[in-house]
Amino acid sequence: MTGTIIFVVAVVVIGAILVGMYNGLVRLRNQVRNAWSQIDVQLKRRHDLIPNLLETVKGYAGHEKQTLENVVKARSQAQSATGVEAQSMAEGALSSALGRLMVVVEQYPDLKANQNFLALQEELASTENKISFSRQHYNDSAMVMNNKVESFPSNIIAGMFGFKREPFFEIQDEAEREAPKVQF
Amino acid sequence: MWEAIRANKIRSRVLISAMGGTLIALGAVFGAVYHAEAGAAVGAVFALGIWGLLVLVAFTGGDKMLLMSAGAKKIEKQDAPRLWNIVEEMTIASGLGSMPDVYVIDEDAPNAFAVGQDPSRSAVAVTRGLLRRLNRDELQGVVAHEMGHIRNLDVRFMTLAAVMLGSIVLLSDVFLRSLWFGGGRRRGRGGEGGQAQLILVGVSILLAILAPFLARLLYFACSRQREFLADASAARFTRYPEGLASALEKISRPTSGKVGRKGANRALAPLYIVRPEGFRSLTGMFSTHPPLERRVSILRSMGGGAGYAAYEKAWKQGGGEGSLLDARTLSGDQSLSARQGTPEPETKKEAQETVREVLDVFDRLAGFLILGCACGVRIKVPEGYAKPTVPCTRCGRENPVPQAAEPEAATAAATGAATYRRKSGAWESFRCPCGRNVQISPAFKGEFKKCPACSRKIKILQPD
Repeated sequence: MTGTIIFVVAVVVIGAILVGMYNGLVRLRNQVRNAWSQIDVQLKRRHDLIPNLLETVKGYAGHEKQTLENVVKARSQAQSATGVEAQSMAEGALSSALGRLMVVVEQYPDLKANQNFLALQEELASTENKISFSRQHYNDSAMVMNNKVESFPSNIIAGMFGFKREPFFEIQDEAEREAPKVQF
Repeated sequence: MWEAIRANKIRSRVLISAMGGTLIALGAVFGAVYHAEAGAAVGAVFALGIWGLLVLVAFTGGDKMLLMSAGAKKIEKQDAPRLWNIVEEMTIASGLGSMPDVYVIDEDAPNAFAVGQDPSRSAVAVTRGLLRRLNRDELQGVVAHEMGHIRNLDVRFMTLAAVMLGSIVLLSDVFLRSLWFGGGRRRGRGGEGGQAQLILVGVSILLAILAPFLARLLYFACSRQREFLADASAARFTRYPEGLASALEKISRPTSGKVGRKGANRALAPLYIVRPEGFRSLTGMFSTHPPLERRVSILRSMGGGAGYAAYEKAWKQGGGEGSLLDARTLSGDQSLSARQGTPEPETKKEAQETVREVLDVFDRLAGFLILGCACGVRIKVPEGYAKPTVPCTRCGRENPVPQAAEPEAATAAATGAATYRRKSGAWESFRCPCGRNVQISPAFKGEFKKCPACSRKIKILQPD
């Protein structure tokens, strides 16, 4: 009799622990996915900002054709890129094109004093920050997830239900690694 | 990070139940003083009632009340785009589900705080003085610190603890007052068990005085620990400890003289990023915040790291006892390195000042004499200027030009003891033996004037 009770209690307790582990893993996986989608949101934001920025710059520095065209080209490439690798490469190219544009802008004091441009500059700087912070958060979440997937005892549950390691978001492209951060 | 939050939760529960127990015990003892049999139970229920009521108030509109009492106004993006963006950035970095509301307090003292019941319903408030003084990286550090409070569930805990502390204080207060005013009634009943009653009254008075004191001690100790934790979180979110360090340093610098604190009250004090002006600067057990210098030096000695492990190590080096974060958080934390600061363009004013300083140096080299007029204008007098005074271009005041109006006796220069006899009671200037022009105001009545350049003391003689 006592033996049965102990057995039942043990089964219930172990069952509860397993369910808890499973739910924890699900929560972590969703967190990682959410963090990933955040990166996309911010990248898109940057694409949306660029036409406005170019419009403002054109008014003052229209003859810097090459630089402006480079940004436009980099933007459309970034928008059409698919797959993590291609995307991060295209985004890297866009970052450096924007960086060069900002260097050019330095030579136009009137433009630098333009209220509209200042506002755009802040938006762009903030978006760059948001992109890197969302990457950072993604990597943090992926790390927690990976720790859980690989360490005992949660790795048993992870193996049973097919929870996998999440890849870290690394900067893949050498050019992006060296790309000048957009600085003002 | 998640483990740190869990540890925080457990610690909070222990503290809240300890305070709750104290509250109930207090109620029971106070009740017993009034009625020997049923008093204890009634008192305990009464104490719980007070607490429940306050908790209800705190949780339904407590955050709004706190914000209102601090004079904070809710803003939208267009009101302060940079602040708004930074809050957005930190929301992403901290992984909070939703962005906190942003409030601005119309006050010159640089400070900030966060309120809210849970991470999905929270608010960050900063003062205008803070917005004006800090650059982007610094503001980011401060906002990250507040986000750390929200993420670590400090805001909810602090609200609960503050309410608990409030109830204990209130209860003790009510009891002591009623004892004072209602003493006669009870004495009239007298007779039965007078001795025991007297002891009970003594004990309860002691409790009424001690309990709020102890509760406060506990509350403040927790709040200090949380400041460190929030600093660690801020370093981790921004990957740039220097931002917060430099912000804290700027905030602590008494730039604008006596700084107002119309918004801050005693309940709010532990919520702010730095102790609001006007609260006694106790560094001991009653302090709500750890000393700023210590926080800054910890942030600065993280050795290029930005993770919890780096903060913990720096914290221990800075004299921290025990451990700030639990082992699981630390072992799971990657080694994170800090990023580079964002270069800020020199603001116009600063650039102007630099230019002026450089020009001044050239002018001095060219033999110009630079006089500071009392109205603030700096007058540059060319070498061959003949007249004894020069009119100020702004206020028209005639400034006497030191005609090599040497301190009496050239030999004095050699000995270092110089004297200067004033010609009149007006603004005057003379040349110190070191070559610096020293100005004396009409109000100057002292015997010695210290040269600001060589700090030599020059004897001043009143006019004949």
